[in-house]
Amino acid sequence: MISAENLVKRYGGFAAVDGISFEVAAGESFGLLGPNGAGKSTTMRMIGGVTQRTSGRLTIMGLDPERQGPEVRAHLGVVPQQDNLDEELRVRDNLIVYGRYFGLPLAYLRQRADELLAFAQLEEKAAAKVDSLSGGMKRRLTIARSLVNEPRILLLDEPTTGLDPQARHILWDRLFRLKEQGVTLVVTTHYMDEAEQLCDRIIVVDKGRIMAEGSPAALIREHSSREVLEVRFGAERNAAVVRRLEDVGERIEALPDRLLVYTDDGERSLERIRASGLHPLTSLVRRASLEDVFLRLTGRSLVD
Amino acid sequence: MTEVGAGRLRAHGPEVSAARARRWGSFYFAEHQLRSMRAYLLTIVVTSVGNPLLYLFSMGIGLAAIVDRRVVGGFDGVGYLAYSAPALLVSSAVMTCAIEMMFPVMDGFKWRRIYYGPHVTPLAPRQLAAGHIMAVGARLAVQSAAFFLIMLAFGAAPAGSAWLLVPLGVATGMAFGAPVMAYAARLEKENFQFSLIQRFVVMPLFLFSGTFYPLETMPAAMQWIGWVSPLWHGNQLGRAVSYGLAEPPWLVAVHIAYLALLGAVGIAWAGRNYTRRLGA
Amino acid sequence: MSAPPDDAGILAADTRPFSAVYARNARAVIWRGFRVIRSQNWIVLVSGFFEPVFYLLSMGVGLGSLVGEVEGPGGTPISYAAYIAPALLAVSAMNGAIYDSTWNVYFKMHFGKLYQGMLYTSLGPLDIAMGEIFMALFRGLLYAVGFTGVMGIMGLITTPWALLLVPASVMVAFGFASFGMAVTSYMKTFQQMDLITFVMLPIFLFSATFYPLSVYPEPIQWVVQAFPLWHGVELMRQISIGAFTPATWIHVGYYAAMILVGVAFTTRRLRSLFLR
Repeated sequence: MISAENLVKRYGGFAAVDGISFEVAAGESFGLLGPNGAGKSTTMRMIGGVTQRTSGRLTIMGLDPERQGPEVRAHLGVVPQQDNLDEELRVRDNLIVYGRYFGLPLAYLRQRADELLAFAQLEEKAAAKVDSLSGGMKRRLTIARSLVNEPRILLLDEPTTGLDPQARHILWDRLFRLKEQGVTLVVTTHYMDEAEQLCDRIIVVDKGRIMAEGSPAALIREHSSREVLEVRFGAERNAAVVRRLEDVGERIEALPDRLLVYTDDGERSLERIRASGLHPLTSLVRRASLEDVFLRLTGRSLVD
Repeated sequence: MTEVGAGRLRAHGPEVSAARARRWGSFYFAEHQLRSMRAYLLTIVVTSVGNPLLYLFSMGIGLAAIVDRRVVGGFDGVGYLAYSAPALLVSSAVMTCAIEMMFPVMDGFKWRRIYYGPHVTPLAPRQLAAGHIMAVGARLAVQSAAFFLIMLAFGAAPAGSAWLLVPLGVATGMAFGAPVMAYAARLEKENFQFSLIQRFVVMPLFLFSGTFYPLETMPAAMQWIGWVSPLWHGNQLGRAVSYGLAEPPWLVAVHIAYLALLGAVGIAWAGRNYTRRLGA
Repeated sequence: MSAPPDDAGILAADTRPFSAVYARNARAVIWRGFRVIRSQNWIVLVSGFFEPVFYLLSMGVGLGSLVGEVEGPGGTPISYAAYIAPALLAVSAMNGAIYDSTWNVYFKMHFGKLYQGMLYTSLGPLDIAMGEIFMALFRGLLYAVGFTGVMGIMGLITTPWALLLVPASVMVAFGFASFGMAVTSYMKTFQQMDLITFVMLPIFLFSATFYPLSVYPEPIQWVVQAFPLWHGVELMRQISIGAFTPATWIHVGYYAAMILVGVAFTTRRLRSLFLR
């Protein structure tokens, strides 16, 4: 469906995307994971053909989105990072007018708008003004709007950033249903749980380059351990005890406030720590997540 | 997030902050506003210098070519350039002030919510209003001074008291701007209200306040516009200081009292609306 | 809608000209424009009509009562109001078109993010540009009809030729709108947008709207005659009393050229404007 080879986008001297290659198959759910400024949104914009790439090859369903923008986008649904609803129009008109941009007939759009309002649970807001909607409602409307042309590929740029837990789960449910219907999903996110929920395959991007690629489970296997044991000895002592814990897990990471022990069995590691006469102030055993992979690959220092 | 080394400067205690804010808070916020105007420094300089040049050339000289030929003896016995120049100075102060009292205020409360930063410091809402007024006043003073100097260069400000046009520009601007500010502070949402004010209040006042010709020239039924318009009162005072227009003393008193009243009411009302809106 | 993909999910390329930026669907943008007009407050739409009317009342009636008659095109004496009215219409056509094609585009691009939404559909930038320019001209048409009506009511219209003020005003608006969008494509900040205002003010003040060009020394007259607004003002003034000269064709030709160059310029700048 999507094939990208050596994509580069430079703004002046700064390379937002610096040689990214990937393929997305039909029906696949593909994730771009990375910190802010990693180049995720720029990549999405290039796929939609709304920003011009500096170099590289990109085809969507066999066409170059830069040369055949209107044709490529006719098959896309796009949920941008920031909602860009038409504030001058009411909720239902937003759906209908957007559909007109695809040249869709009104008779179809009236019906489709009602379906989508139901899908987004916004039936009661049909005649409301856009700026009277809550953040979650706007997000649902943006997603509903992206479906008006029954797209084969759906691009979602941080679909749930800023939403409360309820709204996120409703969204995930809706996206999962689309995936079941065979829609190809391309999702950017910096939420690990979201990537784990939605994506079959992920690339981790940082500073415009791909750091790792694979399924969520494979990435965790490759770059982390099965479990993580977090122990605290107090800010003063953490660094001092690291040496004494070296053989408890596969790897230890010392953070200013706590120690992370990467291990296949967290409880056993904790027992061994206690057996050695050390008594952490607090301890926590958890399953390793993509977050551990992410931080391992992209580092812990702030990016912006 | 770096560690602070030894021998560093320390903040003074919270009591000192509170006491200073109570006393100087308005100035602190005025400083903030003036600093943010720096982004527009070029715009401000170019308009302050460019507008008087353009208006004086086109109206004071171009239009004068028609008017001076037709109106025997000129208005008030002076040429059209000297007649219109003080009114153009006052008008441009009013128009600038109107804009500075609409968009930045909405920016503070709603668009970028600039007021909500200082609001959680020791500054009081009323001081934010006062600080904004001071900063805009400073801009009007600079603009009016530039206009005045250009008038001098054109020989359009014959009387020795003409420098009073500078404070007059600031005062007339505020007489119109402060009530606008109070109104803007009450506005929950900007639905074209500002462009309606521009089109249905500012523009008509500019055109019907005796800026280009004496108020008496207009049909009697429209002369009330001049009487309620701060611009007309400012224009007349401007002519008095600029070329010695002889207004009866009672009328001069009315001009001054009306401008002072509008300004004072506007400022008080704005302070109240700021306090209410920021919920102190 | 484009052709469906084949079994392998491969699309056939559209080989018609401009297919990268144009989906032949500007009507969808226009359709949206009318939806907005329908749902917005009517006063917002109508308010643009008043500015030239206020100027006409203040300068034409007020100042006009002092100035009396002036020399119109071809030496005919006409009232001062009749002298400035067609010029004010040209100015208003210019201002409306410039606003719609610069600030309005800039806001929808950078703040409302309206165009971002449109561009993610099968619309291309050329569809958007055409639709937006059409809407600007439509508003200009409404105001021109209204203002010409006001001139009629005030007794400033003496010849059926004056009806041509309406299409002429749309032509003037088109000339400015076609350039405005191209110019906006270079603008990145508010401060740069303010430059547009700086350029427009002298064009307005020096284009012989309120007094004849002859009040200026000759070198300044040449400069003013290069300004597009001056041609608009002169043309409208001639139309208003039906006094045409060979110069009429120069004015019309000036706008024809301006529109052609402006449209070509804007089309070239579309990618820089919309696809950053």
